[in-house]
Amino acid sequence: MSEQIDELIKQDYEAGFVTDIESETLPPGLNEEVIRFISARKDEPEWLLEWRLNAYRQWLTMTEPDWAHVSYPDIDFNAISYYSAPKSMEDKPKSLDEVDPELLATYEKLGIPLHEQEMLAGVAVDAVFDSVSVATTFREKLEEAGVIFCPISEAVKTHPDLVRQHLGSVVPVSDNYYSALNCAVFSDGSFVYIPKGVRCPMELSTYFRINEAKTGQFERTLIVADEGSEVSYLEGCTAPMRDENQLHAAVVELVALDNARIKYSTVQNWYPGDQDGRGGIYNFVTKRGVAHTNAHISWTQVETGSAITMKYPSCILKGDNSVGEFYSVALSNNHQQADTGTKMVHIGRNTRSTIVSKGISAGQGSNSYRGMVRMNPGAENARNHTQCDSLLIGDQCGAHTFPYIEGKNPTATIEHEATTSRVSGDQLFLCQQRGLDAEKAVAMIVNGFCKEVFRELPMEFAVEAGKLLEISLEGAVG
Amino acid sequence: MLSIHDLYASVDETEILKGLSLEISDGEVHAIMGVNGSGKSTLGHVLAGRPGYTVTSGSVRMDDQDLLELEPEIRSRAGLFLAFQYPVEVPGVTNLEFLKAAVEARSRHYGEEPLNASEFLKQARGICDAVNLDQSFLRRGVNEGFSGGEKKRNELMQMMLLQPKVAILDETDSGLDIDALQVVADGVNSLRAPDRSFVVITHYQRLLNYIEPDYVHVLVGGRIVRSGDKSLALELEEKGYRWLEDEVA
Ligand SMILES: Nc1ncnc2c1ncn2[C@@H]1O[C@H](COP(=O)(O)OP(=O)(O)OP(=O)(O)O)[C@@H](O)[C@H]1O
Ligand SMILES: [Mg+2]
Repeated sequence: MSEQIDELIKQDYEAGFVTDIESETLPPGLNEEVIRFISARKDEPEWLLEWRLNAYRQWLTMTEPDWAHVSYPDIDFNAISYYSAPKSMEDKPKSLDEVDPELLATYEKLGIPLHEQEMLAGVAVDAVFDSVSVATTFREKLEEAGVIFCPISEAVKTHPDLVRQHLGSVVPVSDNYYSALNCAVFSDGSFVYIPKGVRCPMELSTYFRINEAKTGQFERTLIVADEGSEVSYLEGCTAPMRDENQLHAAVVELVALDNARIKYSTVQNWYPGDQDGRGGIYNFVTKRGVAHTNAHISWTQVETGSAITMKYPSCILKGDNSVGEFYSVALSNNHQQADTGTKMVHIGRNTRSTIVSKGISAGQGSNSYRGMVRMNPGAENARNHTQCDSLLIGDQCGAHTFPYIEGKNPTATIEHEATTSRVSGDQLFLCQQRGLDAEKAVAMIVNGFCKEVFRELPMEFAVEAGKLLEISLEGAVG
Repeated sequence: MLSIHDLYASVDETEILKGLSLEISDGEVHAIMGVNGSGKSTLGHVLAGRPGYTVTSGSVRMDDQDLLELEPEIRSRAGLFLAFQYPVEVPGVTNLEFLKAAVEARSRHYGEEPLNASEFLKQARGICDAVNLDQSFLRRGVNEGFSGGEKKRNELMQMMLLQPKVAILDETDSGLDIDALQVVADGVNSLRAPDRSFVVITHYQRLLNYIEPDYVHVLVGGRIVRSGDKSLALELEEKGYRWLEDEVA
């Protein structure tokens, strides 16, 4: 085993790659050796290595999906490097002076405090600022409640049984092309466990994840809410995140056991590329939750970033009376393409799902809603309501709706409403006549359009999300 | 205060205003009447700077500024207000947010301290009462599902909050019941001041019993063909527009 690693490192070295322990990066390419290397670097147990290898072998037999309403050049999976140790202090910008001024301007507009700007921009700062003490208090409080919240790489070691029991239980290894790839090479991510009957004492945010290290492009998150427990989890942040990796293929699994509630909120603001669409992130994420009896899973997402987004947070409503919700705002401006939606699979009796999707297209952006609602034969009296609204700004953008409905139980009801509207000249002029400039006016109209979704976000996030939309839409009106 | 000189303007290549001149001094109320399609709303839109309306010649000055050079939002902040004939809905944006944004845009422009939130709310509530709209309208989307008359009163509410220097009311009296008409007239009268003037576009002489104009103008084919005092409105009521049109022809 370790010989193999040595062998691999040697190869790299011979190929001219830096292998010093601090900043090593694997050369591009994917094969079993690479997976062994990753697993070994993380000091993983044998079962996890086997799990990864199995995923890799399955991935090899799969093909990239091509059904989404997006287009991008072929991805060369052998041109990607699958392991990179966290950047050393020397490689990072020394101060904000070395950071892209455009990025800083955006931070300014969002009103992000200086030390947070440094953190977001990856500036090499000694971790002495506020958030350390915050993180410590945070950790103590969680421990008191028995909540586990740590990097998944750590959980593999500290809570192997829990991880092993649930990892891949919601999104099977071979679920789809990108999830299989994620299983094979996942970098890191969060693990959350809420014990029986516990209401998590605070909102869990990736922002405060203890021992935060860069999670990399293949993030893996697993949240288990034990019977009767409750948790609200916030992922991402409104500040634009830059990343040198173009492809992001994360997997998020939620397990809500009987009577548990999980609320998962995302604000995704990856770099969308420049005005011509160059250099943006591809965000191909698999997110799914299983709701057991009387359990409740709610996804709320605000997607403003990335060049290409393919993302369908889903709920498997397995237990009787379980509830699934999906609230989404997806914005595509300039050349951004978003194909996003949800799947609600009703298995249990009296299961209920609600889908509210708000798609906004501006510039030459393309926004597609793709949603599947399935009523299995056993889903007696199950109900779904889907509201799917599109807002167009300008006349070069597009909105598309692809609903898939499978009703296999005659007592189940499915309702689907869809609207498309445009920010009208009349509306803009009204706002301007009252003293608002056109950009502010568009932002306000768009915020109004998104209200039903923003209402679902934790308060602070909602305010930020509003500001974020405003910034993302800059230049959308001429 | 507002000086319109020999104004020509077109929409989509169609000339609508054809040499319109009008002098409005501080504190005056001018009523504009005229048949459907004579260009009354066009005048309002041109003055407010609506995109798509092209001024081909002529000038408009407000105080000492060339109004036509200013962006629409700057004209607004400079004190020009247009109450729309057909107020548009802005779903999801509450009246309160909208009013606040408008007031803030103004104070920011002039470098003033923004009104504090509770002060603003108090003011908005007061005006809501004044135009006889239930407080719940502050929490509803702008004009969203409002009845015709409610929309008109909502325009009035915006005017009263923004306290313009020149207010153009485009058929704010149309579609109002008698009580609402009184409310609109009271609203306007309460704002009448030596440094504020009004352009009241209307089809009904009756409004002018409530809001007494200093001048009445008749618009035919994109220009003012006759001006007079309020007795002109009575004459129109009696004789219609035909005789004026014939005269022009
Ligand atoms: N986009 C356009 N293209 C061509 N003609 C237009 C356009 N917009 C308006 N018009 C015409 O301009 C003329 C003046 O319209 P305007 O709305 O100013 O009339 P008005 O005097 O306000 O009428 P009303 O009393 O019915 O409100 C009308 O004949 C109208 O059809
Ligand atoms: Mg009109």
